[in-house]
Amino acid sequence: MKNELARRLGALVVATLLLALVPLATSDYALHIAIQILLWGFVYTAWSLMGKFGLVSLGHGAFLGIGAYASPLLWNYAGLTPWLGIPIGILAAMLLALIIGYPCFRLRVVGHYFALVTLALSQVALLTIVAARDITGGSLGMTPKAVGHSWYALQFPEKPYFYAIALAVWVFGILIWHFVDIGKGRAALDAIAEDEGAAAAIGVDVMREKLRVTLASAALTAFGGALLSQYFMYVNPDTLSGIGVSLQIVFAAIAGGMYSALGPTAGGLFTIALPEILRVTMGTNFVGAANTIYGALLVIFIIFMPRGVIGLIESRLAAAPARKISKEPAA
Amino acid sequence: MAADQNGQRSLGEGAMLTLCNISAGYGSFRALFDVSLEVGAGEAIGVVGPNGAGKSTLMRVISGMLRASSGELVFEGRPLTHVPAHRIVEAGIAHVPEHRRLFARLTVEENLRIGAFLPQARRHYVERSEWVYALFPRLLERRRQLAGTLSGGEQQMVAIGRALMSKPKLLLMDEPSAGLAPLVVDQVFDLVRRIREEGYTVLIVEQNLQQVLDVVDRAYLLEVGRIRLSGLSAELKKNPAIRKAYIGL
Amino acid sequence: MDIYLFEAIINGILLGGVLALLALGLNLIFGVIDVVWICYAELVMCGMYMIFWLHSFFGWPILLASFAAILGVAGLGVLLHLLVISPILGSAPINQLLATGGMLFFLQSLATLLFGTDFRNIGVRLPLIELGDIFISYSRLLAFGTALIGAVALYLFLSRTYLGIAMRAIAQDREIMGLMGVDQRRVYLITSAVGGALAGLAACLLVLQYDVHPFIGLSFGPITFMICVLGGLGNMIGGFIAAFVMSQIIAVGGYYFSIEISYVLAFVFFIVLMFIRPQGLLAR
Ligand SMILES: Nc1ncnc2c1ncn2[C@@H]1O[C@H](COP(=O)(O)OP(=O)(O)OP(=O)(O)O)[C@@H](O)[C@H]1O
Ligand SMILES: [Mg+2]
Repeated sequence: MKNELARRLGALVVATLLLALVPLATSDYALHIAIQILLWGFVYTAWSLMGKFGLVSLGHGAFLGIGAYASPLLWNYAGLTPWLGIPIGILAAMLLALIIGYPCFRLRVVGHYFALVTLALSQVALLTIVAARDITGGSLGMTPKAVGHSWYALQFPEKPYFYAIALAVWVFGILIWHFVDIGKGRAALDAIAEDEGAAAAIGVDVMREKLRVTLASAALTAFGGALLSQYFMYVNPDTLSGIGVSLQIVFAAIAGGMYSALGPTAGGLFTIALPEILRVTMGTNFVGAANTIYGALLVIFIIFMPRGVIGLIESRLAAAPARKISKEPAA
Repeated sequence: MAADQNGQRSLGEGAMLTLCNISAGYGSFRALFDVSLEVGAGEAIGVVGPNGAGKSTLMRVISGMLRASSGELVFEGRPLTHVPAHRIVEAGIAHVPEHRRLFARLTVEENLRIGAFLPQARRHYVERSEWVYALFPRLLERRRQLAGTLSGGEQQMVAIGRALMSKPKLLLMDEPSAGLAPLVVDQVFDLVRRIREEGYTVLIVEQNLQQVLDVVDRAYLLEVGRIRLSGLSAELKKNPAIRKAYIGL
Repeated sequence: MDIYLFEAIINGILLGGVLALLALGLNLIFGVIDVVWICYAELVMCGMYMIFWLHSFFGWPILLASFAAILGVAGLGVLLHLLVISPILGSAPINQLLATGGMLFFLQSLATLLFGTDFRNIGVRLPLIELGDIFISYSRLLAFGTALIGAVALYLFLSRTYLGIAMRAIAQDREIMGLMGVDQRRVYLITSAVGGALAGLAACLLVLQYDVHPFIGLSFGPITFMICVLGGLGNMIGGFIAAFVMSQIIAVGGYYFSIEISYVLAFVFFIVLMFIRPQGLLAR
C-alpha cells in the first residue's frame, strides 16, 4: 500500500512539474485551451468518483451551475469576495446533493431511475436560473463585476495566473481520486456497485458510503464550476448547467475512461480540444457541423470503446506482458 | 456396459431426431461431451441422471436456446445445428423449460396465445386452445387469472399447454414433476401418457426414475455430461447398477 | 372559480394528452427493449422539422406531411435501434443511456447544421374555440383527442394482438421468447418503429402549437422522463396518469407563477413523490 502510494505520487509530481513549464513555452491561446482542459478535467474527475461505482449521475450540470453562479451573484449583489462566495456555492451544491441523494439512496433508486431523476435535476437547475432572470440575467448570462488584477476578487486577466490555479486544482482532484481509489471506502463502494443488497448484508453502511462519495463529487464539481466562471468572467445557463452540460461531463469521463486516474482528463482533452480543432478547421461556414461530427464521434466512442481511451491503453499494456507469460508454459 | 447392446433398437432412417456427438457448454465450461442420441417418431424417450449431469443443457441445445460447440443435430432429415430457437419451434419442436418459466404477469389465456405465436399455429388457435382446455379443465376456469397466481401444478399445466399450442411434432419436457406433491406428480405422469396416446413424440428429462421408466419406451442415463447407459425401460429397471444408484433398492 | 384558472386547468388536461403520448412511447421502448432513449424528444424535433420542411418548402398538404413524418420518425426509430442500440444491447445500461444521449447531441447539432437556430413556424394556426368566456386552443383539443385515440389504439394492440402480447411477455422473460417462436430481433425492430411512430405523432400535434428549433426537445424531454419515472418506468398506465398530474402542475403553476417556476414546482413534486413512492405512482 505504501509503495503503491509512493509510486502514484511520484508519477503525479513528475507530471505536475512538466505541466508547470507549459506557460513558458506557449502562446496565450494555447494556455487558454490548457486552462479549460485542466478545469474541465477536474470536473470530469469529480464526476467519475461516483460514476466508477455505478452511480451514474446526469445531474452534475446542477452542481456545476450552483458553483458557477454562487460567487458571481454574491460578488455583484453583496460585494462578497469569491474566497467566501465559492465555499458558499460548494455548500449549497452539497446541500442539494443531500436533498436528492438521501431519498434516492434510502429508497434504493438505482440504475436507470437514478440517471433519470438526476437528469431531471439538472434541467430544473437550469430552469431555476432562467426563471430568476432578474438577478441572474436569464439565458443571456451574467458577468462578475470586473476589477482588473485582484487576489481579493480572484480575477486575473493574465493567463499564466489562472493556469497555475487550474493546475493546482487539477492536481488536487487527481489526489482525491487516488485517495478514494486506495482508501478504506473503496472495497465497500465496490461491493455496493456489485450488489447493493449483498453489501448491506455483510455490514456495509450503504447509505453512508454512497452519500459520502456523492457529496464529495458534488462539492468538487461546484468548485470546478466556480473556477470556470471566475476564469471566463461570464456565466450562462447553457454552458455551465443543464442537461447538455451533464451529458458532456458523463461523456468525457466515459470517453477518457472513468476507471483510470487520468481518464477523465483525457476526456477533457477530447471534449475541449476536439470541438476547438473542428471549429478551427471548419470555420464558421457551417454552424453546427463541428458539433455534429463531435456528437457522432461520442456515439461511436461509447459503442466501440466502453472503457474509454485510457482504459483501452491500460488493458493493452496489461495484456502485453500477460501474453508473454502465458506463452512460456506452452513452449 | 452390457445394457448398451440390448438397448439399441434399430431405427434406421426412421429416426425423427438424431444427435450426433454433440458437445456444448457455458463460456469455457463444458457441460456436454459427445452426446449421441436418437428419437424415433412416436416414441417416448427419457433422459435421466443426477443433478448437474447436463440434462437441461441437452434440452437447451435441442431447442436452440444454447448453441452446440460441435456435433450435429438433425430433425426429420433437416440439419438444425445452428438454427435459432424460433426457427426450431417452426420446424416442430416445442420445449417445456425447466422451472416452467411462465409469463407470470400475463393471464393463462395470454400465455397460451404466446404459445401459438407462429403464423401456422395462429390459424388453429381456437381449436388448439379448446383441446388444451379439454386436457386441463382446471385451466378453463382460470383463463383470466394471472399465471403467477396459479398453484404449482396448475402452472405446470399451463407450461405444457403453452408448448402444445404450437402443435409440435416433438415435445421436450424438462422435469415436469419437479416441486410437485406426490399426488400431483402422478397426475403429471398420467398426462404424459395421454399426450403420448395423442400421438406426440416425447423426450422427457426426469429425476423421478421409477415413474418415468413406466412411461417411456427407452431411456438414456446421463452423467457428468456423458451418456453412460441407454436401453429399453424394462431392461433399465432391471439393471442392478441403476437400481442401486437411482431407485434405491 | 376564476375563469382564467379554469382555462389553465383545461389547457393542462389538453397538454397532458401530448405528454401522455410521449410517455407511452418511451415506456413501450423501455418495457420491451430495456433501454431508455434519452434522445426521444429529439426524435420529436426531427418529426417537427420533417413536417415543416415538407409543408412549407415542398408545399405538401399538412395532413400528408404529417403522415410522412410519422413514417419518417418510425424509420428513424428503426435506424436508431439498428445502428446504436443493437450493437450495445449486451453492455452496461449506462453505456446504452449515454449512446442515446450522444444521439441527442448529434441530432441537435445536425438540426442546427441543416436549419440554423431560427425558430420555424409552419404557418398553420388553428382557431381558438370559445366556450362562454373560456378560450381553448383548437390545436390542443386536437392534440388531446389524438393522444387519447393513440393511447387506446396502443392498449388494444398490446392486449389483443399476438405481437402485442409478445411485447408484454418479453420484458418478463427474454430468454425463452425463442421457444415461443418469437424472433426477438424482429420484435425489437417493430417496437422501435412503433416508439418512433408515437414520437412522430406527437410531432404532428406539437408543430401546430409551437415553433420548431433545434433545442425544442429540451423543453419537453426532461418532463417526459420525470413522468415515466413517476408512473414507474415501463408502466404504461402509470405513465399515462402521471402525464396528466404533471401537466396540471405545469399549467396551474404557470397560471400563478411563471412557466419556468411551474417546471420547478413539477420537479419538487416529483422529488417529494420519490420519497413516498419510489417505484412510481402505481407501484404495488
Ligand atoms: N447458465 C449457465 N451458466 C454456467 N453454467 C451452467 C449454466 N447452466 C448450467 N450450467 C452448468 O452446467 C452443468 C449442467 O447443468 P444442467 O442444468 O444441464 O444440469 P441438469 O442435469 O439439468 O441438473 P438438474 O437435475 O439439477 O436440473 C452444471 O454443472 C451447471 O452448473
Ligand atoms: Mg435441469
